[in-house]
Amino acid sequence: MKTENQRAWFFVLPVLLLVAFNALVPIMTVVNYSVQETFGNNVFFWQGLDWFEQILRSDRFQAALGRQFLFTFLILIIEVPLGIIIALSMPRKGIWVPVCLVLMALPMLIPWNVVGAMWNIFTLPKIGLLGYLMNDVLGISYDMTQNPFAAWVTIIVMDVWHWTSLVVLLSYAGLVSIPDAYFQAAKIDGASPWKVFRYIQLPKMKTVLTIAILLRFMDSFNIYTEPFVLTGGGPGNSTTLLSIDLVKIALGQFDLGPAAAMSLIYFAITLLVSWLFYTLMTKDDAK
Amino acid sequence: MRKRSLIPILYIAFLMLPIYWLVAMSFKTTNEILSGFSLFPQTFTLENYRVIFTDPTWYWGYFNSIIYVSLNTVISVCVALPAAYAFSRYRFLGDKQLFFWLLTNRMAPAAVFALPFFQLYSSVGLFDTHLAVALAHCLFNIPLAVWILEGFMGGVPKELDETAYVDGYSFPRFFVTIFLPTIKAGVGVAAFFCFMFSWVELLLAKTLTAVEAKPIAATMTKTASSAGYELGLLAAAGTLTIIPGAIVIYFVRNYIAKGFALGRV
Repeated sequence: MKTENQRAWFFVLPVLLLVAFNALVPIMTVVNYSVQETFGNNVFFWQGLDWFEQILRSDRFQAALGRQFLFTFLILIIEVPLGIIIALSMPRKGIWVPVCLVLMALPMLIPWNVVGAMWNIFTLPKIGLLGYLMNDVLGISYDMTQNPFAAWVTIIVMDVWHWTSLVVLLSYAGLVSIPDAYFQAAKIDGASPWKVFRYIQLPKMKTVLTIAILLRFMDSFNIYTEPFVLTGGGPGNSTTLLSIDLVKIALGQFDLGPAAAMSLIYFAITLLVSWLFYTLMTKDDAK
Repeated sequence: MRKRSLIPILYIAFLMLPIYWLVAMSFKTTNEILSGFSLFPQTFTLENYRVIFTDPTWYWGYFNSIIYVSLNTVISVCVALPAAYAFSRYRFLGDKQLFFWLLTNRMAPAAVFALPFFQLYSSVGLFDTHLAVALAHCLFNIPLAVWILEGFMGGVPKELDETAYVDGYSFPRFFVTIFLPTIKAGVGVAAFFCFMFSWVELLLAKTLTAVEAKPIAATMTKTASSAGYELGLLAAAGTLTIIPGAIVIYFVRNYIAKGFALGRV
């Protein structure tokens, strides 16, 4: 049982100060911009909630948001089951465990723009391994600078390559924490592999899977660098995800007001979905 | 070998393919790259690496990245330790709200913060310093470190603390000599994740630096656009950015396996 102790605040104070410095000042700046209009020279006019209304109604925002949700949805339904399957088939003991862990963690430690550049080199027609295999060996026309479908497949495969290991590592952590006695009991009862998975392994992985899905949701919903380096949002606007569009507006066109309003809407959506998911997943524990 | 070990092997092969391609490309000459397809470098060259190791704008990029990443890892873990202890041992006013608020900072898209961060760090005079990037990365690394460490500390029975106090240990002495060694796997895992997320982040690091503290990844994007299409050079620089990460994983591999064995991440 935890003891009540208000002095614990002193322990939390450094964290609070550092994070608040980084979080509160910038978010207040964004809030400031979102309700004003500027023509440069640091002259600002009160704009009220006009930007928010304009953004929410604009086709461009709705299209980018739609693409963003589609991307995140595809990422989650591919990476989560795939990660669980790989974690289930990994060895539980022995020298191969650290080898697997190190090799699988490697893609996650590559800077994001290098990931984009690497996949660009990998998929170039004529020069890249994948581009060559598809076009010249298999005879499938594949060029992601021309074909929106190819561009989508490529950014999805790239993200699966980059982040499935996170799901694997977290699921694996949950799996190895299950005592052997559980499996022996299941064996005596003659449980099928599916039943072992459904009634022993899955419930034990619930906490780590919640963390994995939350992290994957937040990060794939906020993804910017890798698809930007790989496709630049093209061909056309076909892979312009929400954050790519946001940076185009904020830094490309320097429309600070609309960009700020869009940032806040974006943040609010991420927060809302994460909170809903978190409450749903932890509801049973609270009872 | 059993049939189901085929799945991890295939998965690892899939992970290694693009990395192999990058490494192979870094040993090719620009001519060979553009002239056509070859699975292995035909005219093996170290020229791309020579360029990087002799040009200060290139190799300083690496030093800059390593400096701010290390700085960030140390700051994040040091301030997260007492906070995680407080969250795992005590109830206090607003503890749950504070914990959730910390986590929300991981949800803010970095793209949202880029411009305000530039203004904030310019106004406090830290723009283009390693400290600026290290502090900025605290935004998402401190919450993560607190989260991980709190999980590990929760696994240590409270009796350990009480026994130490009965034996006459002061709090700082108990924390450093008894408590820290008990959760060192947790510290390793937390430091690993801080290193990882600081090393791979580019948008904020690029926004907050110009010359003095410019990260390697930013040098790469600039070269990619200014020097035309030097794929070999780009591949060599990319290959070198994989190495620090690989070294760090190698050193913490046992901590990670141990950390995972505790069932907490």
